[in-house]
Amino acid sequence: MIGVFKPQISIQKLNVIYEGHHALKDITVDIPKKRITAIIGPSGCGKTTLLKSLNRLTDLVEGVKVSGKILVDGINIFDNGIDITDVRKRMGLIAQTPNPLPMSIYDNIAYGPRIHGAKDRKELDQTVENCLQAAGLWNEVKHKLKEPASKLSAGQQQRLCLARALAVKPEVLLCDEPTSALDPISARHIEKQLLILKEDYTVIFVTHILRQAKRLADYVIFLYLGEIIEHGPAETVFTQPSNPRTKAYIEGVFG
Amino acid sequence: MDKRKLEESLFKGLMIASILIVTCSLLAVIVVVVLKGVPALSLSMILQTSKGGYYLGKEGGILNAIVGSLYVAGGATALAFVISLPVALYLEEYAGRSKLASFVRLSLDVLWGVPSIVYGAFGFTIMLYLGMRASLLGGIITVALLVLPIMIRAMDEVVRMVSLELKEASYALGATKLETVLKVVSRQALPGILTAVLLAFGRGIGDAASVLFTASYSDYIPASLLDPVATLPLAIFYQLATPFPKVQQRAYASGLILLVMVLLISVASRLLTKKFTKYVIR
Repeated sequence: MIGVFKPQISIQKLNVIYEGHHALKDITVDIPKKRITAIIGPSGCGKTTLLKSLNRLTDLVEGVKVSGKILVDGINIFDNGIDITDVRKRMGLIAQTPNPLPMSIYDNIAYGPRIHGAKDRKELDQTVENCLQAAGLWNEVKHKLKEPASKLSAGQQQRLCLARALAVKPEVLLCDEPTSALDPISARHIEKQLLILKEDYTVIFVTHILRQAKRLADYVIFLYLGEIIEHGPAETVFTQPSNPRTKAYIEGVFG
Repeated sequence: MDKRKLEESLFKGLMIASILIVTCSLLAVIVVVVLKGVPALSLSMILQTSKGGYYLGKEGGILNAIVGSLYVAGGATALAFVISLPVALYLEEYAGRSKLASFVRLSLDVLWGVPSIVYGAFGFTIMLYLGMRASLLGGIITVALLVLPIMIRAMDEVVRMVSLELKEASYALGATKLETVLKVVSRQALPGILTAVLLAFGRGIGDAASVLFTASYSDYIPASLLDPVATLPLAIFYQLATPFPKVQQRAYASGLILLVMVLLISVASRLLTKKFTKYVIR
């Protein structure tokens, strides 16, 4: 199914149940390496749950039941011996609303490397600069790295969150509607960076904006009411959807 | 006028009346303390300890009680803080919605309602059992117990306000629970934690009954943790209890000193922590 793409993540029979609500049903799909995969579908269809299952943030929800497998490079992240902090380190997350940490711009980026043991000041300085460069924020903040992150605009904060995620050297970037709280110009900024970053990272992108998915995605997963209706390379899904519900959604009949 | 409009103005009137009662009683307290205390206030009151005959109207001051109160309330607040922060963080981040958490919260709410004289009597009994005499240490421990429920519950409330998104940001970077709690949650909740500490300090420095048996009273500044120590609330009580109007007036002056001390410490600590709270995400 995945065709020409090389898979990095393989989800097998994933079920997530929140206190009585069956949020994800038998999800089985492969996610290609170093491509942008868009998860699309109407609100409440389980997009965010699927994304947060990948770095096991769903563990934080009380009363959640998860079954099935998620293989990352062949290793199941739900296995008993798995170090959850290591799984999360490999999966950077960009949340729906910018969520900078209550510290300076510099410390926001350095937070991740520091908890994973980085101490050398010069190396940290370099990491901070590189990550801010990669997120397209360096020129705007290089003179005020000591200022509180909360003082940045929402668009800058989101790019800061991107830089912060990059700082722990992840392999995968999980983006949960990262532009939904931003103005169009800031949103463009983020999109532009993601297109550059897919050279080095596997990007998984949740969105309910179809045009955005069309602009960015190489591969598309269409979720509806907790089930995968269709998945495949973007051109195929967008131009010749095989399922009538996908067709209806893409044509804007519902959603 | 129709019924709903009448209702509206009636309740608005009631609310304004309630607010007036609150603000006026606060003002009245301050006015009485200032009017009666200022004439008796003198530098020697703040700079000298009580000498023989002070409570009979002779010269001297209450420096012993000022310093004593700072020792007792400061020590108790520090001790309570060391216990409260882990408890509050545990309740919120580790215990979650468990039965243990709700049991602990219920116990704390009950303890909050226990009168301070009961803490005093309890502390005294324990000290008798251990063969300890009334001392600074006894006072610190008893007052710490008294302010613990206040501090923990106040911290609990602010730690709960820290948003899930913020914690997720930390977890998503591969942080452990402890790292998230110590480096992100407690930082974000810092202004509220400070308020909890000040609340407890204010309660601790103003309480007379808990230190009555456990810290006793002394005309001297304690030289060690095991010496008895004077406190301002008890100094006020002893001065008011004398039959001499001159000494009674000094009681109001002492009250004024206590009021100003709490105010100064509150303002000073807010200024000091401003540096750290500027990073808080609003």
